[in-house]
Amino acid sequence: MSAVTTSRPRVGRSGAPRSDSPRSRAIREPLVSRTSAMLIMAVFTVYFLLPLWWLLVASSKSTGDILTTNPLWFADMRLFSNIGDLFAYRDGIFLRWLGNSLLYAGLGGAVATLLAAMAGYALAKYRFPGREIIFDVVLGGVLVPATALALPLFLIFSQVQLTNTFWAVFLPSLVSPFGVYLARIFAASSVPDELLEASRLDGAGEIRTFFTVSLRLMSPALVTMFLFQFVAIWNNFFLPLIMLRSEELFPVVFGLYGWNNQLNQIPELRGLVLIGALLSVIPLIVIFLLLQRFWRNGLGTGALK
Amino acid sequence: MKNRILTATAGVALSALLLAGCAGGGNGDSAGSGAAAAADCAPSDGPVTLEFTSWIPGIEKVVDMWNSANPDIQVKVQTGPNGNNGTYQNFFNQIAAGNAPDLGQIEYDALPNFLVQDCVENIAGCADVMAAKDQFVGWAWNQATLGQDNAVYGIPQDIGPMALFYRKDLFEKNGIAIPTTWDEYTEAAKKVRALGGYITNFSQSDINQFAGFVWQAGGQWFGNDSDGWTVSLTDPASKKVADYWQSLIDQDLVSTYPAWTDEWNNAYNSSKVWTWNSAVWGANSISSGAPDTAGGWAVADLPQWKAGDAVSGNWGGSSIAVLKGSTHAYEATKFALWLNTSQEALTALNEEANIYPATTEGLKLPSLAKGVDFYGGQKIYDVFAKAATEVTPDFTWGPTMTKTYADVSDGFKAAVSGSGTLADALQKGQDATIGALESQSIPVKK
Repeated sequence: MSAVTTSRPRVGRSGAPRSDSPRSRAIREPLVSRTSAMLIMAVFTVYFLLPLWWLLVASSKSTGDILTTNPLWFADMRLFSNIGDLFAYRDGIFLRWLGNSLLYAGLGGAVATLLAAMAGYALAKYRFPGREIIFDVVLGGVLVPATALALPLFLIFSQVQLTNTFWAVFLPSLVSPFGVYLARIFAASSVPDELLEASRLDGAGEIRTFFTVSLRLMSPALVTMFLFQFVAIWNNFFLPLIMLRSEELFPVVFGLYGWNNQLNQIPELRGLVLIGALLSVIPLIVIFLLLQRFWRNGLGTGALK
Repeated sequence: MKNRILTATAGVALSALLLAGCAGGGNGDSAGSGAAAAADCAPSDGPVTLEFTSWIPGIEKVVDMWNSANPDIQVKVQTGPNGNNGTYQNFFNQIAAGNAPDLGQIEYDALPNFLVQDCVENIAGCADVMAAKDQFVGWAWNQATLGQDNAVYGIPQDIGPMALFYRKDLFEKNGIAIPTTWDEYTEAAKKVRALGGYITNFSQSDINQFAGFVWQAGGQWFGNDSDGWTVSLTDPASKKVADYWQSLIDQDLVSTYPAWTDEWNNAYNSSKVWTWNSAVWGANSISSGAPDTAGGWAVADLPQWKAGDAVSGNWGGSSIAVLKGSTHAYEATKFALWLNTSQEALTALNEEANIYPATTEGLKLPSLAKGVDFYGGQKIYDVFAKAATEVTPDFTWGPTMTKTYADVSDGFKAAVSGSGTLADALQKGQDATIGALESQSIPVKK
């Protein structure tokens, strides 16, 4: 690395009493690279956290102060009264939206994870004709963006009169081709055939083996799949936009978008949109922090064995 | 309602997934020629439940008033984003899938698109519709008939007559007269510029505002008769307006902040920009965007092209249309007429969502007769009520306004940054619009 070679003469010129032994260099080099790495990471951290900081600050202001005071520092602290206003607005429709989102993303993510785990496990552990073709089709599904499927889904759901219902957003959320892919890869590497052999010899059926043995071995992958799917459903905007018309079914992201659209008629909404956006990212942060521990744990134990 | 050029990614994605044409019936004949047979308007037997999609906040409270008085015609409100941000495309999709709401909110500049795609019912044959004509501001009614005899494609809901919002305090302090003509406006602009401010901001993206100026100047961007559509974005009036603003831009007399951004709000809030030629709904935009300037504003008539004239333009406004496929046109029309003409509904709409009515009686609502503190207590709605009667009656929108707006806006952005002129942008918009119409097999007269 050129940074290291050029740094050596500079040390000499500064006149510091310092031996040029390989040992002291070994300590210095990581220090330089560590500092620069930390610096780069610090810059990126600021870059990613600044919008969140702005959101937090803006959420704590009154509607008038948002535009007129320093955008990166608090003015009049009104965070809690803003939250109160948000929950009271239109008979608490925001809480309803938040609940909808949790239901769509939580339940949808859980069922999607289970289905994908079963499919991936079957593709990894059972030999049957057409296995590779099925897997290829699923892989193809990864390549098709969900947005492109929204309109065909709308037409299909129209045929069975399910548009503008809970199911219109929930059912499409249960499908996760990427999860199937991940589950297959993970099942192939982390569930030993010998273990399955053993549990079969002990008299466990295939389904029992799957739920008591394989699923546990696959749990790190399951957490990852759940996280991905949860975030994907939570942030899904296009499907609700096309499917839903009744306000009481909206997920929170779409509901806030609607409010943001009405700013011109009702300027007070600006504050509510901001505080609503802040509250709507909290579940994502919480679920990441909680599940990340399991996720890392699982990967770690697997690596040690 | 104003509609903005869509910039949202949703908008981009939407246009990529366009489901063209409406399955309501054979659209081959009526598409293009722009005339639809009147809907069969027989009352239904028994109670009816109508679906009504609108993005007006708080409209369900107004609809509740109707529901409690009309047990046999119940209306269910559904909502969505502003038209161009998703609801129009949803309407097209829903009509194609056969599950569209009975009633939908459609802005005037989007109505021709619904007409050429055969997605709205002609409700001229429904009871009371033609009789209601005289209750509406004349030109607003024309917006809903699209200039055709014996055709009504929606009941006008609101209008956006334009006037001049100006900083009365600054004008008075510096001894500058309030401009009444566009020439005086230029003179005032020079004085304001000498003081370090800008007289106004030229918006590169609000093409419908520019259209409002053209409307005032007597221009006519589109025309429609049985032979097809005429496109005239470059007619003499449009050229005059384009050259006028081009000269203000060239002399650096107007700022060119992107409209509806914080930067733009801030320019008004910090008294850097002194006036805004906008529609009646703009009153809220200023008070929310520039709270520090409260009390300093006032409203005057839009500057005129000829001294002594009294002509205004319009920016925004929407109608309530019966969407193709509804089996309850009679009941739907009845509700739409109540919503947009009855004093109780108009009062509630105005109080809930600042909807500015499209009826002559509505312009005199008590809630519109009060002085507004933000404007120094001035009764600003009197100015708009006068402007509403001074709008030129027969401005027509085209069937591809979203595309036209986008094309002209691209040109305006280029002109503002110094390449080309506003007139060039209109010429490009003209050519692109004709191309867009022809690519959809809509007949164009040249």
